[in-house]
Amino acid sequence: MMITLEHMYYLTGALLFIFSVYTVFDKRHRAKYGTAFFWFLYSITFVFGKVIPAWIIGLMVVCMAIVASLKWTGRGSYKESSGEEKAVAAEKFGNRLFLPALLVPIVIFLVAGFTKLGALVGLGMGAVVGLAVALYMTRESLGTAANEGRRLIDAIGWAVILSQFLAALGALFDKAGVGKVVAEMVATIVPTDSTLAVVIAYCVGMALFTMIMGNAFAAFAVITTGIGIPLVVRLHGADPAIAGVLAMLSGYCGTLMTPMAANFNVVPAALLEMKDQYGVIKAQVPVALSLLIIQIILVYCLAF
Amino acid sequence: MIKLIGILIVILGLAFRFNSLLVVIVAGFATGFAGGMSPVEILDVIGSAFVTNRYMSLFILILPVIGLLERYGLREQAGRFIRSFKGTTAGRIMIIYMLFRQITVGLGMMLGGHPSFIRPIVSPMAEAAVAKGRPMPQKVVDEVRGFAASADNYGNFYGQLIFLAAGGLLLIKGVMEQAGYEVSLTTMAVYAIPTAVIALLIAAVQYHLFDCRMERLMQESTQQDGVHEGRNVQ
Repeated sequence: MMITLEHMYYLTGALLFIFSVYTVFDKRHRAKYGTAFFWFLYSITFVFGKVIPAWIIGLMVVCMAIVASLKWTGRGSYKESSGEEKAVAAEKFGNRLFLPALLVPIVIFLVAGFTKLGALVGLGMGAVVGLAVALYMTRESLGTAANEGRRLIDAIGWAVILSQFLAALGALFDKAGVGKVVAEMVATIVPTDSTLAVVIAYCVGMALFTMIMGNAFAAFAVITTGIGIPLVVRLHGADPAIAGVLAMLSGYCGTLMTPMAANFNVVPAALLEMKDQYGVIKAQVPVALSLLIIQIILVYCLAF
Repeated sequence: MIKLIGILIVILGLAFRFNSLLVVIVAGFATGFAGGMSPVEILDVIGSAFVTNRYMSLFILILPVIGLLERYGLREQAGRFIRSFKGTTAGRIMIIYMLFRQITVGLGMMLGGHPSFIRPIVSPMAEAAVAKGRPMPQKVVDEVRGFAASADNYGNFYGQLIFLAAGGLLLIKGVMEQAGYEVSLTTMAVYAIPTAVIALLIAAVQYHLFDCRMERLMQESTQQDGVHEGRNVQ
């Protein structure tokens, strides 16, 4: 039997289900039923995502959003080790502690490079290998590891589903034809006889629409078909390969500045337990803006 | 124009800091209705996109191993490791990590990410380098973490298009060819290099300024503590 991505989704669903069960039995959890329900619904979307009709999954997603926005989810108790215990353990294990954590990317690399399973299946396998080694090193039970995993996922909270959620919004924008409206608007306000103006429109348009969609790939097709190809390539004769790659990089500048790219900006802030959910974006804005200006200069100088 | 209502809702909703999930749901339904879709059709699009994008959340699988290692002092060890190098700064750690990320992703390797590198290793190292054993105010901790997270994004974004089989390059090729333009993957990968180098330089400047500001903040906060203690003694 081939291991596929779907199997990794079953594994994720099973783990989420375990989180949900542990939450119900967490006696000192203030929001246990809401939190348990949230992880339970989420686990169903992983295990039965391909079986249940899409609109029912959509309904479950709406339910999760409601549970989260009513603040029915929260953090519980995890029988954490104390600071002293951690210091003693760090002393005892030393740099060996890095080994299981580093095994995850190494396995991903090996699976992605030497098999046809792909990096995402590799991620799941790396997680299993890393966990096995960590359990062997620490002589802990699977239950403790699951509970520690629950500690981390509760720290991220509902933001865990934000990336998938925004992808769904992007799909709706796409279906409703939002991209076309944006591209037409930009194309009407730009003085098309100036090379510099159309280059700015292409690069800034990529950055702005990426900020709206949260995803440079989704923005690329729309902005390139609406502005890049008719105005920059056809009208002013830019090299499509050079203009294209630099426009994509302009889009990445947008990714750095938007909460819509939740998986890069908002989820990490939650994962790092930062007070300010926009803290990562704030750090990135100066670099993103300078690089966007550089992209405009590069297209203007290199693509013509 | 009415189709842009969703964008307006998202901008206003996030600006006023409503729950993001609620904002997105409202924006999604508004956009769907403006585009002439029925409620079931909207739910259908949401559900199928949610299921198609499950891969975005696969990192959940590595949380147990990271959590378990943290229980045994992984973050403390990352701090100890950094303190063994005298003169290392948070900014240097971040720029080295960014370069590592650019090189590996440019070779097509997905080594990195916030759950597997930033939370357990890079951020604790940077925090230890800023703190140098002094107590750190929460505001400073947050800022160090935000910058540590940025190193992964910079390295990932401004390295990935150098890889010849990158998804981004294939997408550009697809869009351009659909419009009748032949483009070469090699040309595109080569022209991604200047941006990669400039991004590294700009980040190096930013991280250097960050180091200076952090040191100033830390000195101010230790001095303030000193003043408080002085008053307490009186």
